[in-house]
Amino acid sequence: MTQNENAPAPIVRMEKVNKHFGSLHVLKEIDLEVAPGEVVVIIGASGSGKSTLIRCINGLEEFQEGHIDVDGNELTPHGRSGQALQKIRTEVGMVFQQFNLFPHLSVLDNVILAPMKVRSWSRADAVETADRLLERVGISDQAAKYPSQLSGGQQQRVALARALAMEPRLMLFDEPTSALDPEMIGEVLDAMRELVREGMTMIIVTHEMGFAREVADRVIYIHKGEIAEQAPPEQIFDSPTDERTRSFLARVLKH
Amino acid sequence: MEVTFQFDWAAAFRSIPHLLPGIPWTLLISFGGLAIGFIIGIVFGLMRISPSRLIRWPAIVYIEVFRGTPILVQVLFIFYGLPQLLGSPINALTAGIAAIAVNSGAYISEVVRGGVQSIERGQREASLSLGLSRTQAFRYVIWPQAFRRMIPPLGNQGIISIKDTSLFSVIGVGELVRQGQIYIATTFTALEVYFMVALMYLAITWSLSLLLRQLEKRGLVGQ
Repeated sequence: MTQNENAPAPIVRMEKVNKHFGSLHVLKEIDLEVAPGEVVVIIGASGSGKSTLIRCINGLEEFQEGHIDVDGNELTPHGRSGQALQKIRTEVGMVFQQFNLFPHLSVLDNVILAPMKVRSWSRADAVETADRLLERVGISDQAAKYPSQLSGGQQQRVALARALAMEPRLMLFDEPTSALDPEMIGEVLDAMRELVREGMTMIIVTHEMGFAREVADRVIYIHKGEIAEQAPPEQIFDSPTDERTRSFLARVLKH
Repeated sequence: MEVTFQFDWAAAFRSIPHLLPGIPWTLLISFGGLAIGFIIGIVFGLMRISPSRLIRWPAIVYIEVFRGTPILVQVLFIFYGLPQLLGSPINALTAGIAAIAVNSGAYISEVVRGGVQSIERGQREASLSLGLSRTQAFRYVIWPQAFRRMIPPLGNQGIISIKDTSLFSVIGVGELVRQGQIYIATTFTALEVYFMVALMYLAITWSLSLLLRQLEKRGLVGQ
């Protein structure tokens, strides 16, 4: 990606990141920069390494070579980043495919846990923020319920509110709609659209090509652990230059 | 020869006041031992899943040794063996509590390990991604869920340990079986007395079962 001189410093910078899983080379020489406010969508076949890539950004996965800089905090290979990692995790929110809500806590307690324990907010402050966020994602009337009492779409919206409660500077989405029944995908995508409108920096791994085309500033196609092509959505979807991108899109867009 | 023997209900009821003094001892040994065993179980159960081999190994050895030897041998070792080593006698009550503690501790370690390992990896990942430290993730997210899953196997262990205390009649601690033996020695009513002893164990273990069922029911919300 080219950057003009007065562009703000990138919020994420990955340089020559390599990750191996035993003999498997999962990420190959990944170079990636994400500017503040940018929405980057990562597409690719399952097993291509796209989830692994974003999980490296908040240290859920270790990598062996290269380095990752998130908002001035540097992650080093082999997971030896200590304080920097902790700092990154408080500033980077993540939404998972399987929601991963805390089943023993009410919806409200799910949302206020991290602000109270990590940011040391008072309960009153945390609840106020949680109420606002739950209302924004349309769950305000369910705050006292437990996750198991909600539909998948509602659970994922709570998970989004939970991540936003930490006031992150960057949001990672790891296939946020892949575990949802088709009729619930729309409500989660709507909540994400609103976040895009507010200018949140987002890196989204998804199979929702229509959504990618609509919200992305840039689409990245990953093939076998490599960035095969990256371009604005119109270009990637309408006239991909890489043969591998073309054949992948031909396969997924046919259905 | 005509069989004249019958179950003598009067003798059974007469034995009750002589058996009752055994109940506090049985309860003290089992619950005292289990309380210590629970602490041992948490410590060694967590050591058992440590990524460090140096921490994991002592826990494995402890669990294998105390799970792999009979509790009767353990209590005899503590009561008769250890004093030779220490040069001072150990009273029977202490020996009984210690035996239940180290024995149940070994089993509870495995219960703790299983409970913690049964929590989906995503719970830890979600906690860490929110900025919680590993300790906070364990304390606020993993442990409360693991503990709920541990209640049924813990109840099992409680019932087993209560029954195990009956073996401690051999070291002369005045628990239920011991009181029964003393009473039978003068009345020769073994059938009736051991029947009553069995009923008293059943009363204790059944109460525990009911209590645990309530606990589980309460804990079920939100699972």
